[in-house]
Amino acid sequence: MAIKDYLRQKFFPHMWCPGCGHGIVLNSMLRAVEELGFSKNEIVMVSGIGCSSRISGYVDFHSLHTLHGRALAFATGVKMSQPELNVIVPMGDGDALAIGGNHFIHAARRNIAMTAVVMNNRIYGMTGGQYSPLSGYGAIATTAPYTNIDHDFDIVELSKAAGATYVARTTTYHAQQMTKILKEAILHDGFSVVEVLTQCPTYFGRKNKLGSAADMMEYYKKNTTPIGSKAKAENPDLLERGVFVRKDLPEYCSEYDKVIETAMKGRS
Amino acid sequence: MTDGNIKFVQGNEACVEAALYAGLDFFAGYPITPSTEVAEHMSYRLPQIGGKFIQMEDEISSICAIIGASLTGHKVMTATSGPGFSLMQEGLGYAIMAEIPCVIVNVMRGGPSTGLPTAPSQGDVYQARWGAHGDHAIIALTASNHQDVFSITVDAFNMAETYRTPVILLFDEVIGHMRERLTIPEPGEIPVVGRLRTSVKAGIDYHPYLPREDGRLPMSDFGGQHRYNVTGLVHDMWGFPSNNPSVVHGLLRHLVDKIKNNVDTITRYKEYYLEDARTILISYGSSARSALHIVENRRARGERLGLLELQTIWPFPYGLVEEKCEKARHIVVVEMNMGQVLRAVKRAVHHPERVVLANRIDGVFITPTDIKNILRLIQGKGV
Ligand SMILES: Cc1ncc(C[n+]2csc(CCOP(=O)(O)OP(=O)(O)O)c2C)c(N)n1
Ligand code: SF4
Repeated sequence: MAIKDYLRQKFFPHMWCPGCGHGIVLNSMLRAVEELGFSKNEIVMVSGIGCSSRISGYVDFHSLHTLHGRALAFATGVKMSQPELNVIVPMGDGDALAIGGNHFIHAARRNIAMTAVVMNNRIYGMTGGQYSPLSGYGAIATTAPYTNIDHDFDIVELSKAAGATYVARTTTYHAQQMTKILKEAILHDGFSVVEVLTQCPTYFGRKNKLGSAADMMEYYKKNTTPIGSKAKAENPDLLERGVFVRKDLPEYCSEYDKVIETAMKGRS
Repeated sequence: MTDGNIKFVQGNEACVEAALYAGLDFFAGYPITPSTEVAEHMSYRLPQIGGKFIQMEDEISSICAIIGASLTGHKVMTATSGPGFSLMQEGLGYAIMAEIPCVIVNVMRGGPSTGLPTAPSQGDVYQARWGAHGDHAIIALTASNHQDVFSITVDAFNMAETYRTPVILLFDEVIGHMRERLTIPEPGEIPVVGRLRTSVKAGIDYHPYLPREDGRLPMSDFGGQHRYNVTGLVHDMWGFPSNNPSVVHGLLRHLVDKIKNNVDTITRYKEYYLEDARTILISYGSSARSALHIVENRRARGERLGLLELQTIWPFPYGLVEEKCEKARHIVVVEMNMGQVLRAVKRAVHHPERVVLANRIDGVFITPTDIKNILRLIQGKGV
């Protein structure tokens, strides 16, 4: 199936700014689904609120555009009630880790099978450039006009600690790696987190004088490196890309099936 | 009927059994007094029938999870009390906007804030009505004994499906915790409304938000043949966001009218000795038990007292209250708050000056004596 067959063309043009990284994530995501050969009916895309979350409206899957920060909670209801569905949850960094931080760690802890894609542009795009928990110390935002004094999360470390059984990081510059990772993440039978560094030229880029969208992607190229590379050893400031965690632990819905089995036995 | 159908249970358990009778198979919740037993019984009962129970990380996620599960075609419920009900308001608004059938139990306790966790109150009448932001309509039901808790809970599920809307069950601490006899009806004894699913075939354009002529919107399960968008934004008939003024207007009108135009069908109530009553007590939930006690005592002495027990609180049955109170000289609203249903009753009747309040707001269950004191005042006898 061609990529465009996965899109709801009726609902275009999309709402993203020129150069926004979110469209690249959409592209990689659709390629992943296409390469996996899933039928459109098997996929539910659940998102929250933000520029990133609008992704769910454009895809021809079952799509649930929910509340700011709550996508994983809605997704938990979808998945647990109908475990055969594949659930993909694109989220903004604010969506996933500020207002939705609690749901994020608990979904990871339960190891419920779904793919959380954190589209990390280090800013609140939709509301116009306020700082997020991923902006980082020293960034400039419309609510940090002098400088941001909030420290950021490391999404990979946070996900690991919370119990996610698949954790990866990539960027919009590395679209092919993104597709590969997303494929693996979607197939993974547990809670998977994929952090994607994605550019918001309109706010994060402009406020922090990072240049055009292309400049920002170039930055991802220069400042990231594959996990455990020689470059990392030489330059510890580089951010690693790749799969950090890949482990098999009992998945939540299968575990609940066992609860059902026990409860039903007790009854007869 | 077999003896197995007769139980001696708490109201919270009666509610659980009724939900299962109505076809519930997914529950998400977070513990909070005095509703916790609902979650506890659910966790025990649901897996026995192949259903699913999940304890979420808070009430926000609980209501979100049941909305997700409703969309895959399941009958769903959550249960909470005061502070948790406050946290659920955004999700409740979402369910209203996206027209998701679900049932939300609020076993009321004293508030505001953490308030009186273990004491009775009926202070959430207006939060149930207006807790979610924006213009909307809501259905909120209640009951005063366990047999009625059972039937009204089944009703709640039926209305949620019929009108594609969240329905609130506004119980109170006394009802939730008190133990009483309950007879579980045989299957089929109370009608159960199933999910209305679209007959539109795969490959043909299905409009999830295009009401039929009768106002109902057939659904299609997530995972099924039709793929569509669900959003809390104002949306068109495809479920796609829109700010076209006529779409906005049409949607809001639809959301309100589907309930407002069916007030009579949604109204549930009980009446006792109203035909010739000069003094009418209006009450609901556990307060109605004390009110009924007084009415029966006074009737035995020949006094013309009657009781109108409301089971549908929202949409408020203004017409019914107006009609029943037409000839009354005194109307006494009995409730455990500072006059929430009182306010609606005053708006309903021709002579609002005849409406007085018999209440308690100190966390103590309102007794027949409390009501008697108000009756003495009305009758000019002093306390
Ligand atoms: C409860 C609630 N609070 C605040 C908002 C306003 N709001 C909408 S999107 C957003 C942040 C978006 O940032 P992010 O999640 O990082 O996604 P992005 O837009 O950058 O893709 C905020 C604060 C809201 N919609 N709901
Ligand atoms: S504001 Fe930023 S995140 Fe939002 S669409 Fe524009 S570039 Fe993308």
